[in-house]
This record gives sequence, structure tokens and C-alpha cells, in this order.
Amino acid sequence: MSTVDAAAAAADEAAVAQTVGLRVELTRSGIDVVDDLNLDLYPGHILGLVGESGSGKTTAGTALLGYARTGATIAGGRITVAGHDIRSLSPARVRSIRGVTIGYVPQDPNSALNPAIRIGDQLRELLDQHRIGTPAERTARIAEIMPAVGLPGDPAFLRRYPHQLSGGQVQRVALAMVFLPRPQVLVLDEPTTGLDVTTQAMVLSSLKELCADFSVAALYVTHDLAVVATIADRVAVMYAGRLVEMGPTQELFRAPAHPYTRALLQSIPHLHRPYRLTGIPGRTPSPGNRPSGCRFNDRCELAEDACRAEEPQPVAVKTDHWSRCRRTDALGPWDPDSRAGQDTDPDRERSVVLTVTDLNIFHGRNQVVHDVSFDLAAPEVVALVGESGSGKTTISRAVAGLHTQRTGSLHLQTDPTGEPAELARSARNRTAAQRQAVQYIFQNPYQSLNPRRTVEQILVRPLEIFGIASGRAARERAAELLDSVQLGEGLLRLRTNRLSGGERQRVAIARALACRPRVLVCDEVTSALDVSIQGSITELLTRIKNKHGIGMLFVTHDLALVRTIADRVLVLNRGRVVESGLVAQVLDHPRDPYTQSLIAHTPTLTGAFDASGSA
Amino acid sequence: MRTLARDPKIVIGGILTLLIVLLAVLGPLFAPHGEYEVVGRPFTGEGSFLGTDYLGQDVWSRVLYGGQSVLITAVLATALGVVIGGLLGVTAAYAGGWLEEILMRTNDVFLALPQILVTLLVLSAVHEPAAWIIVLLVGLTHVPRVARVARGVALPYVTQDFVLSAEALGESRARIVIAELGPNLVVPMLAETGLRLTYSIGMVAAIGFLGFSSDVGAADWGQMTNENRLALLVQPWAVLAPVLIIALFTIGTNLIADGLGSRAAKGAE
Repeated sequence: MSTVDAAAAAADEAAVAQTVGLRVELTRSGIDVVDDLNLDLYPGHILGLVGESGSGKTTAGTALLGYARTGATIAGGRITVAGHDIRSLSPARVRSIRGVTIGYVPQDPNSALNPAIRIGDQLRELLDQHRIGTPAERTARIAEIMPAVGLPGDPAFLRRYPHQLSGGQVQRVALAMVFLPRPQVLVLDEPTTGLDVTTQAMVLSSLKELCADFSVAALYVTHDLAVVATIADRVAVMYAGRLVEMGPTQELFRAPAHPYTRALLQSIPHLHRPYRLTGIPGRTPSPGNRPSGCRFNDRCELAEDACRAEEPQPVAVKTDHWSRCRRTDALGPWDPDSRAGQDTDPDRERSVVLTVTDLNIFHGRNQVVHDVSFDLAAPEVVALVGESGSGKTTISRAVAGLHTQRTGSLHLQTDPTGEPAELARSARNRTAAQRQAVQYIFQNPYQSLNPRRTVEQILVRPLEIFGIASGRAARERAAELLDSVQLGEGLLRLRTNRLSGGERQRVAIARALACRPRVLVCDEVTSALDVSIQGSITELLTRIKNKHGIGMLFVTHDLALVRTIADRVLVLNRGRVVESGLVAQVLDHPRDPYTQSLIAHTPTLTGAFDASGSA
Repeated sequence: MRTLARDPKIVIGGILTLLIVLLAVLGPLFAPHGEYEVVGRPFTGEGSFLGTDYLGQDVWSRVLYGGQSVLITAVLATALGVVIGGLLGVTAAYAGGWLEEILMRTNDVFLALPQILVTLLVLSAVHEPAAWIIVLLVGLTHVPRVARVARGVALPYVTQDFVLSAEALGESRARIVIAELGPNLVVPMLAETGLRLTYSIGMVAAIGFLGFSSDVGAADWGQMTNENRLALLVQPWAVLAPVLIIALFTIGTNLIADGLGSRAAKGAE
């Protein structure tokens, strides 16, 4: 503890923004959302604040601006920004500091821009409003900031409206707006979520340069460890409203010293090696349901009685690296390679279940997929990878008979001994056996399960439709299915709106399994879920594939995930397959320039180590 | 359900509605005089506390007798309108494409016709219309309005993946509309039902007031206002009593509809 204080004290003078013992609580109940939060931000440095949903990371980020959402209040601690004690200032004074001394970049950049005003006018308005500089200086500042964020600064570009820009450009304009008043401190809340990897990489690199060039101290709030590894100088890990570990980026990823950080790292895939992923059992407790003592104790393998009894204090692991875990010493060395898996054997035998030939797909008059051919064996995972608009989801929907404007042929072998038969365009026109054999799992489990039906009704229905079981047998089968996706029988009577995202996705998987499919189409099934849940869902899908001999068409934008789960991969760019083959082959020796650029721009954990040398 | 009891709008509306329904259903049991019994001279304070009507019948007793027909007609008409309109609207939303266009554009044409005009036009051609004709007329004139709302309520759901998922399993279209979409629309459609019930009561009372009745002379809140309006200044209660009761009932159902509507809007967030 003493070393931690000493390190903090030494850094105190340099920190331009600081929170000490910050506590945010729900106004009505007094339950803490965030407690005992100590953050220091240094000029030119980026602090990554990582946490899953419900961890309080966004609350912590906005608290730095002296802001708490409706229903919550900043109840204790000190917030200092550029010498101002935020909590002692009048609301009007705090507002004058926001946007000038301390900037905020929201997750959705479009919400920061007025769609009806030209971007140049919006930038100028910002300076006018805060009365920064003379009119000539304002023009000069705008001309200076545009190239700095990687945008053309010519009048023609500034005359554009937000809708005339691409997603990445909009995010850059949002960045320009934040940097324009030359803030000393910046809070960024998941600013690249929803961007394609190539765009994300560009935004991240310009952000990093801007922070260094303008000596801005930044807090980068995100759930994505790989992004943090790429961009942050230091990382703080947050769980259930508390910081659990903080340290320099490289150090923290090389030797994570908190069980939660380790569990998080074990649930994310790596681009350059296949790893066996594991999730974290249970779910992040919401405010009010957090356990006493160490807040991670109910999900931690190392927890002992003392962990439940008493809240642990930060323990120094190294200089400037601490962990809020009393059992840090018991953790043992960190060896990520112990979980490494095998790449697919190129010479294995394949029994093909699905053949796709010359698939062309249309949306109205637009052709969105061009001449795609591939086959899928069982058991096997074929990944369809691409950025948004690449046609990957459209292909998967055509396979499931949910998108019917297509030409080309799909042949499916519905049982291991039978002959492959042609699939009709629409699911309705296919035979029951064919519909049963192809099952689809949707991206968003909040939409794919009817909120007004119980889990039991959802699982029993496919059994009835395909005559697999009915009545009591069906209900028993539903319980077995839940068990096979690691959910308890108690969920059967619940409506799906009572379930968490991970639980919903498991129910969706169970529904697909109920049909005993030959082909499982998974459309970005983990992208709406938290990192730790992504790990366990991936693990579950792999197990199911091997146990039931299922061929899986796995649609994703995440190349690292492909490495872990898939055997073969098709890389799609604007509706065309630019490269395909075994995963190891394609990812380690990409030949197409598009694949190469995708791989180069995918953020990786090892980015933290590479960056120290090259960038 | 428990949270429903905490919404003051729903509670007050519910109590009002329930009181009037009880009055209409149980009223005849407590009436001091018969429905057609002459208890004194017309338009005087004779009889029980509300005085007599144009034939010297007891107003309070006729108020107690006169609710059933109005309420039953209104409830049946509402149910008819909501079921047909709801199915049409949800089907249009789910089908999309040209079917939706045909259904909704036709609907728009009917929407342009004032409810009361259409009803009166048909009623004027029928002598002493049977009760079911009134139910049918009022119900059908609700259909275009309900259909429009139902389509709007169903639209956000039809694009959700659970509908696609049911299609992939090969569920029939009818089952998707009724079993998958239906349950999600119950609460917002209940709000619309409350509103339609309010209109139904008004329409049925208005039809009675205008003298289109299947049983001239019988006690009926709408008809009573017509029968006694001549003496509004002499014996106002003969008109005011049924009018006030109708007003209270519509306020009650409206409050419930409003409460359910705002809850549905909250739930959709």
C-alpha cells in the first residue's frame, strides 16, 4: 500500500486531471455505482479504462466532467481538472470548463453533430460560443485541426453536411470538434465501437498522435482489451464499480495480477494463434447486488473466506502497478501459451454437407453478392469475414432461406447417408427436413427471442413443428437442451426479457439445437455480448460442433475470433470472396491486399509489446 | 399486474368504470319502480329523488334500467372493431409490400368517412334496427381507425429477428401474426380498445338520442336524453342523469386507456 501512495504522490504534480476516492451513488437508494475511484491523467498520456457492461466505466468517465446521469449523484471524493476543484464550482462554471478545458467524445459521433448544419459552421460555432480567439484566428485554427485529424481542410469539404461523410470521417470531425478548443483533458467513451477495423485503426492512430502533439491527457473508456493494448499508455481495469487493477499497458498485459483481469484475458481470442477461450461464470453484478468483501469473490476460483469478509486494498505488484486482490501472491505466473490450441489439420477428411455454387444475391436492383462458391463439411466451421457491407450476413441469410432474391444453387445433404438436394430460395418452400437441418442463430439475442414467450415455449415449439417430441416428452427435452447450454431448469418458466444477454444467446443456441441441425448458421453471435460471455459462447459452440458433428457457418467481423473457432475462412470484400482457405494459411500468409490490410489493422493484445519497438 | 394498481390514472379510471358497470348490471334489482311504471305527473318531482319524465315514469328507475343495452352494445361493437381492425393492421404490417399498400390505402379511404355519418346513413334506411345492426355498424366504423393504430404498433416488431426465426422454422403466417406478434401487441392495443370503447358509448348514446332504437319506449340512456330534452329547463334531471353517467363512464375508460398507453410507451423503451 505504501508504495502505491508513494508512486501516486510522486506523480501528483504532473497529473492534470485527478479523481481521489470518487463515489457516485444512486440518488434514491444511496447504493454506490462507482466507489473509491482514484485516477490520474497525465499530459500526452492515454489511460485506458476497461470494463464490461455494468462495471461503471461510463459513469466513472462522465464523473470526471462533474456529470452524473439522472438518478445518480457524485456523492464523495475529489475531482480536479487543470487546477479546478470541479465539485466546489458552480454548475455554470463547470459548464464553461466542459468542452473547453475538458472534452468528451461520445460513443455515437453522429449524436455530436447537428445533421442540418454544415460541418465547417459547426466547428466555427464552437469557437464562437466559447469566444476563443479573433475571427481570423478561428479560421486558422480550423484550418490547422482538419489535417491533424486526417481530413481535408479545404472550404469545399467544410461546406459538407454530416450525412455527406463516411462513418470514419464523422468520427474524425467529432475528434476535430473536441480538439479545437485545445482541451487539456479528454474523456472518450468507446469512440470506435461500431466502426470497421480499418477505420478504427485510422481513428485510433490519429487520436494517439493528437494527444501527444497537443499534450492532452486522455481517459479512454472501452470494453475492448485489444484496443486498449493498442492505444493506452496505462490501463485501469474496472469491475462492479471498483478499480481492480492498474498498471502500465505492457506490464499489465504481460503479468496481469488480478484474477478478473486474467479471466478477461482468457476470454478474448488472438489473431496469431488459436486459443481455447473460457468465459467467466455468472454475470457482472448490478449496483445493489454486489457481494460484500471483494466484489469478484463469487466468480473467483481463488476466493477464500477472507475475500468475502473484507474489502481488499490495493496491493503493489511493481512500481506503478497494483492489484486490488489479497491473493495476488497465490496467482502464479501468467502463461497465455498454456491455453494455445491447434490449427486445423490441412489433410483431415471432410464430409461435405452444404455446397454453395455461384451465389449471386440482390437487394432490389443492387447486386450485393457476386459469384460466391464454397462448401461446408460436418463437423467444421467455415468463417465468413468482412467489414460492414461486405455481404457476409446476406449470404448467411440466403443459406437459411431468409433472403430470397438470389441466383445460383445451394445443395444440402439432410442426412449422412442421403444424396444432397437443392434448397429452395425461401425457407417456406423447403421441405421440413431441410428447414430442420439448417438452423440460424441471430446476432442480437435481444431481438431473436420473442419477449412475450417463456423459455419453455420457445424451446418446445421447434420440437412440435418437426415432430421430434410433444407434450411431456417435449418439456423434458427442453430441460435437457437448457442443460446442454449450461443453463438451469429454473429458467424454463421465465420470459426471455428476464434474462441477460448471454443467457438469451444460450437459449437461442438451445432452440437451434432442438432441431438437431446439420448446419448451424451463426451470424455475429457474440458481437452484442460482453467479452467474458463471448469467451464462454465460443467455447460452447465449439463443443456442440464436435459433439453433434455440425457444420457451422460463422459470420463475423473479428479476425481474431476466426483464428480461435474456425477451420476455414472466406474473406469478403464488397460481396466478392477475395481470399479463402485454411484459417492458419490465410491469417499467417495473406495474399490478397485487402486481407493483408484487415489483418494489419486488427488491434491485438500483442500490439502493446510491438508498439514499444516500432511505433 | 401489481404495478398497474400503482398508476393513479388506471386506479381512478378503473373505479369509475367499475361503478358504472355495476350500476348498469345490478341496477334493475334495486330500482324503486318498474321500467314502464307511471308514478306521477310528467316532469315533476314526484317519484324517487330524480323526479318523473315525459310520461310520468320514474327517472332514477329508468336510469338504473337503461344502462345494460347501451353498455352491451358498446362493448360488443368495440370488440368487433378491435378484433377485425387489429388483424387487418397487423397483417398489413407483417405482409408488407403490395398487400400492405392495398390494405392501408383502402383503409385510408374509409378513414375519410365520418363514423356517425356512415352509421346514420345505413340506419336511416332500416326501420327499428335490430340491436345487432347497431353493433355491426358501430364496430365496423371503428375498423379503419383501429387498423391504422395496430399497423403502427406492429411495425417495430415485424422486423425483429424472432419473426424471421419463426419463418425459418416454417411457422404459418397466421400463426406468426397471432401467436408471435399478437402477445406483444396486447398492452398497446388495450389502450386503443379503451379509447374505442369511449367512442362506442358515445356513438350508441348518440344513436339513441337521434331516435334510432330497436325498442322505442324502453329505458336507454341515449334515448332518455332525447325523450326528455323538451323539458330541460323544467325537469333537468331527466336529461342530466343519463348524460352525467355516460360522461363519467367515458372519463373512466379514457383514463384507463391513457394509463395503459403511457405504460406501453414506457415499456417500448
